[in-house]
Amino acid sequence: MTISINRRAFAKGFGGIVLAFTLDPALAQQQKQLPGSLNGNRLLDAWIRINSDGSATVFTGKVELGQGIVTALAQIAAEELDLPLARVRIVSGDTGRTPNEGQTAGSQSIENSGTALRLAAAEVRAILLGLAAAKLEAAADTLTVADGVINAPTGKTIGYGELSAAADLHREATATVRPKLAGQHKIVGQPIARFDIPGKVTGKASYVQDLRLPGMVHGRVVRPPRYGSTLEAVDEAKARAIPGVIAVVRDGSFLGVVAEREEQAVKARVALAESAKWRLGPELPDPANIFAHLKSLPTKVEVIGVKQAPLLAGAPKVLEATYTRPYMAHASIGPSAAVAEFKDDKLTVWTHSQGVFPLRAEISKTMKLPPASVRCIHTEGSGCYGHNGADDVALDAALLARAVPGKPVRLPWMRDDEFAWEPYGPAMSMQAKASLDGEGRIVDWNYEVWSNSHSTRPESTTGANVLAAWYLAEPGKMGPPTSPPQPAGGGDRNSIPLYDFPNQRVVHHFIQDMPIRVSALRTLGAYANVFAAESFMDELALAAGADPVAFRLAHMKDPRARAVIEKVAQLAGWKAGEKGDGTRGRGIGFAKYKNLACYVAVVAEVEIDRKEGNVCVCRAWCATDAGLVINPDGLIGQIEGGIIQSASWTLHEEVKFSTQGILSRDWSNYPILTMPEAPQIAISLINRPTERSLGAGEGSQGPTVAAIANAFVNATGKRIRDLPFHPERVKAALA
Amino acid sequence: MAVTLKINGASQTVPAEPDTPLLYVLRNDLELNGAKFGCGLAQCGACTVLVDGKAVRSCVTDIGSLAGAEITTLEGLGTADKPHALQSAFIGEQAAQCGYCINGMIMSAKALLDRNPRPSESDVRQALAANLCRCGTHNRIIRAVLRAANEMGRT
Ligand code: FES
Ligand code: FES
Repeated sequence: MTISINRRAFAKGFGGIVLAFTLDPALAQQQKQLPGSLNGNRLLDAWIRINSDGSATVFTGKVELGQGIVTALAQIAAEELDLPLARVRIVSGDTGRTPNEGQTAGSQSIENSGTALRLAAAEVRAILLGLAAAKLEAAADTLTVADGVINAPTGKTIGYGELSAAADLHREATATVRPKLAGQHKIVGQPIARFDIPGKVTGKASYVQDLRLPGMVHGRVVRPPRYGSTLEAVDEAKARAIPGVIAVVRDGSFLGVVAEREEQAVKARVALAESAKWRLGPELPDPANIFAHLKSLPTKVEVIGVKQAPLLAGAPKVLEATYTRPYMAHASIGPSAAVAEFKDDKLTVWTHSQGVFPLRAEISKTMKLPPASVRCIHTEGSGCYGHNGADDVALDAALLARAVPGKPVRLPWMRDDEFAWEPYGPAMSMQAKASLDGEGRIVDWNYEVWSNSHSTRPESTTGANVLAAWYLAEPGKMGPPTSPPQPAGGGDRNSIPLYDFPNQRVVHHFIQDMPIRVSALRTLGAYANVFAAESFMDELALAAGADPVAFRLAHMKDPRARAVIEKVAQLAGWKAGEKGDGTRGRGIGFAKYKNLACYVAVVAEVEIDRKEGNVCVCRAWCATDAGLVINPDGLIGQIEGGIIQSASWTLHEEVKFSTQGILSRDWSNYPILTMPEAPQIAISLINRPTERSLGAGEGSQGPTVAAIANAFVNATGKRIRDLPFHPERVKAALA
Repeated sequence: MAVTLKINGASQTVPAEPDTPLLYVLRNDLELNGAKFGCGLAQCGACTVLVDGKAVRSCVTDIGSLAGAEITTLEGLGTADKPHALQSAFIGEQAAQCGYCINGMIMSAKALLDRNPRPSESDVRQALAANLCRCGTHNRIIRAVLRAANEMGRT
């Protein structure tokens, strides 16, 4: 129901343009459900404050992770407020100041924070206009706003700044002021340059690693040789004798050092590590049969996405295949880092955590400090791509800081701390079985996936979820792992096909025990599931004698899915039935991320060096539909980054380990895609101004791996079902 | 112990041992943020600076070995108000996601353009082969370097 209402605050004559209220029937209810993150943070001034200089300060619980979110959110707020971007200042992720929006993850920021800001800003603007109408003695429908100045036809004007004192924003949002229509957007939809880049390319302090506080000292930690080890003895005196060392910090098996200068802390770390005697924790599983081992562990089984129709008589053609993906690391370029200060019984932590509120909860629990005494302030770090060491290093820094009250401690992890101790993306196996009828149509689809948890983030389970907590003299323990439910899912993310199959059954085997530490890596299970399901679609197309593009379209009704598949085929100049030549070939992959977010189709072209076993992903084409596009340049950057990262995962990445511990400890044993290997990429965006904006930060990884795998088959006639496509595996497949 | 270094044209004396990696001195004593710690093992390039015009990994370069050398950091190229052509090109191409690798990319590219002002795309890729980027910003970085070469060639 859309009606215009009159509210006293808005005075008379406040019509058409501004005051088209959408009155929700639920409005009458006491605590109505508000859209996006507004629901959990209901006060307008929790989101937006108007300053006396006419600028606005905008608060978001989401944080910048290199995805350009702060710029995109500022665009949304500026648009609805009719303020130039330069007069919108964003404060993000600070337990002392911003709304609690949980984690910045799952490509949800535009959907949750963006929605809240859009509605809050529209409402604030309406409040300001209401005040202005009274002050300017003009009918409100004659008022116009430009750059935060409200103009009356009489020529009288008043700025937001002059109204700021009178505007009472400390009130519950109603979410009833309709935001602008897409056609009215001037700032949203523009390729606005990111705010942070000029500083980053000229050496302005931009990261938590660049934070320098007065009197700051330097920390390092010493971790055991493998999980679950106990510190039996260490020569603390030897480390203390190193010039500059201020404190050796030991609590149970947590060991660290604080020194005046950074290089002194590094030297002391080496000394401590050399003298530390550990009672080793349990051996790791044998990597040679890791998948069988994981499948043998206790699981929770969930049957999802069932469709049932009468099965055809006759003997359909049945295909079956098994796929795997290994443990993969976030492998941030800059190891995780934090700065912490313990002063007057209060702890402040500067952190690049994706969730400052959950982190605060874990720190206060572990260190037995009241939450009100702990403040976590987001400060950017190197890109994280999910749950890396950010939260862990924050607790490490806090533990060190408590040992030297009044002195801020900066703690960047060393390279091996990050590689060996971050929670990896879990190893997964996928099994698919399907039947084709005489016309080459899929009549039955069965799919099973085995995976550990994809989220052991702070607060995602009961118990303690930060590394150091498990090693303290009074250790915390992690509660039972959880998996996000469908439709988004965790290990089962994107395991339910979007295609129209008359019969289907999907089973999620959620493995409980985690012999190797795991958590959220960009896309969770979607990368592996799209790899398996879209590889299998090509196997079926081949068996049916059909072209992969035509085969997908024949099984797909969703018009937006069809549109991206058709668009990418056109962009790539796809020729139906084209065969590779033994070394070069093309393949396609498609997914609607989480079955809820953006639609992405990718065509990849590979070239194979058969002798060396090297695969080059030389070119890629991509079509994306992410609904209403907020910032096309930012979106293209995210999609392109996802394609390159997925090519890297697919060709190179696998965490190496033995029964004795993690072996991937630096870049030499965890190589990633280099500059010479980056594919040429062409991207086409299908903008849908009347559709809701869909998260896109994780949309292209799944389609890309499938496109590469399918291109490999197109080129060579051989299929690889185990990731990554490293040279030995490629040579074995081609032998 | 104190060591004197020549950084961005100015002579600087720092209270550090000669075996201290240049990276720590730049970041802590001289408060220069450009060079970043990525690995400390000469594997990723995040810490790259120029020493006598050559791209060098400051994480494994002891300050004791730098007597008389001309050291240039990202800050020595230009500022936000007066950026170097490479910095402008990285802004123009929006060639950063998290941006943590970008110092190394720009400094390695500077060394390349100084010896080869008209590089091909493949020259750029090769010159940056030992600089890692995790965000997948590869293509924008390559475009930014080519754009800078173009701009510099014009003036
Ligand atoms: S930090 Fe110097 S090369 Fe990685
Ligand atoms: S932009 Fe993040 S590592 Fe390159």
